[in-house]
Amino acid sequence: MSATLRFGEGNLQYDAQGRLRHLLSTEGLRERELLQILDTAESFLSIANRSVKKTPTLRGRTIANLFFENSTRTRSTFELAAKRLSADVLNIAVSTSSASKGESLTDMIDNLMAMQVDGFVIRHPEAGAAHLVARHLGDSALVVNAGDGQHAHPTQALLDVFTIRRLGGPIEDRVVAIVGDVFHSRVARSQIHALSVLGCPEIRVIGPRTLVPEELSALGVHVYHDLQAGLRGVDVICALRLQRERMESHRLPSLDEFHRRFGLTPERLQWAEPGALVLHPGPMNRGVEIASEVADGAQAVILQQVAHGLAVRMAVLAILAGAAGGV
Amino acid sequence: MTTDWDVTALLEGMARDLRPLIHPERVAMIGIFTGGVWLARALHAALGLQQPLGRVDISFYRDDFSQIGLHPQVRASDIPFDVDGRDIILVDDVLYTGRTVRAAMNEIFDYGRPARILLAVLVDRGGHELPVAADVAALRLIATAGEHVKLRGPDPLRLELEQREPQP
Repeated sequence: MSATLRFGEGNLQYDAQGRLRHLLSTEGLRERELLQILDTAESFLSIANRSVKKTPTLRGRTIANLFFENSTRTRSTFELAAKRLSADVLNIAVSTSSASKGESLTDMIDNLMAMQVDGFVIRHPEAGAAHLVARHLGDSALVVNAGDGQHAHPTQALLDVFTIRRLGGPIEDRVVAIVGDVFHSRVARSQIHALSVLGCPEIRVIGPRTLVPEELSALGVHVYHDLQAGLRGVDVICALRLQRERMESHRLPSLDEFHRRFGLTPERLQWAEPGALVLHPGPMNRGVEIASEVADGAQAVILQQVAHGLAVRMAVLAILAGAAGGV
Repeated sequence: MTTDWDVTALLEGMARDLRPLIHPERVAMIGIFTGGVWLARALHAALGLQQPLGRVDISFYRDDFSQIGLHPQVRASDIPFDVDGRDIILVDDVLYTGRTVRAAMNEIFDYGRPARILLAVLVDRGGHELPVAADVAALRLIATAGEHVKLRGPDPLRLELEQREPQP
């Protein structure tokens, strides 16, 4: 696995004036914009406590959610985020779209642009799909990558660092461990870049050799294959979803075996710092990467992550739409 | 350039003018970030209001979002009292076009339906573009489009008047 994936020259995320125009990956995102997203999300978080949970910010704009891969949490929070900003939302799921009739991705985008869509939220099984669309559109509409293959899932990483910052304290002095199938995880890759930009002093990755290869240290992380050693002194634990389909590639003997060595149980949680936060991007495999007692325990902030995800996605859409300058 | 207007004295004048208009137990106060919040803190104490001070950042409600985008630094709005049926004093530093006040009122109505809103400003500089008027203004000026009136603070609070090229 290469440490970074490149999809053409330059940083597509910024326009000629240096404004954030698309959110495609946390890699290449400058600290200034990353902090702007987190700070703006703080402001959106309070809106959820009002009687009217909407602002007029994106009134008259249209956001299309294109999901070529299943998702409940990400799709519904993006939908709700756009609606709470007063945008109109178009949800297109691949099974009901003309993609199943062989229409190309860019043809689909062109058709939606003919309907005056202002922004696209895209999840796709192929790495680089959102970059392809951003390159195709240029400045004419905003693009948010909601997960592309094994490459990136920037809003998940942003809501994770938002959660750490809000509930765990300053990222500049936290030790963060990412546990599980790091190799296949777009979430882990995006988390590592976001944490690095925010000055996290120590990022660890923990898992079996087949899922956490030594080459990952090229990303500036510390690699551990032993959970007890890896959790020592850790303030924040980011569990990853173990993709059951990876079993087919014979990288894991069995889910039971993974749980025995790397599953987060109440006893093993003791190996980390007292009160360490436990994050999980969902959906969880209870009894595989995380035991129910931990998932439902006092140190888990998994449901707060969902609420934070809504605020972070509102912030991303508002900032990107604002950079449009009248589009 | 800093003016020699005494902001402390102007604030005392605002409090004096507000007193006959309000009932300190029933009224609540909301400051508009940033200057309005600085002034509201002082007024809130001077009037002895019982409800905690509210603060609004109108960035998400601006009517020029599609021209200028989102302000790079948005603060969290916080209205820590029930707005429904309440008398509210809305505080801002400078009343100019009236668009900020309109945005703030739109935001307040997303929290509930107030009984009455009074507008108190330090400076009403004229040039209104909307039918918005201050109930209390410590200073009423006729500034030209090239003149820029700004409150600096928070400590000490001082008024600045700048000559700028008029916006095209």
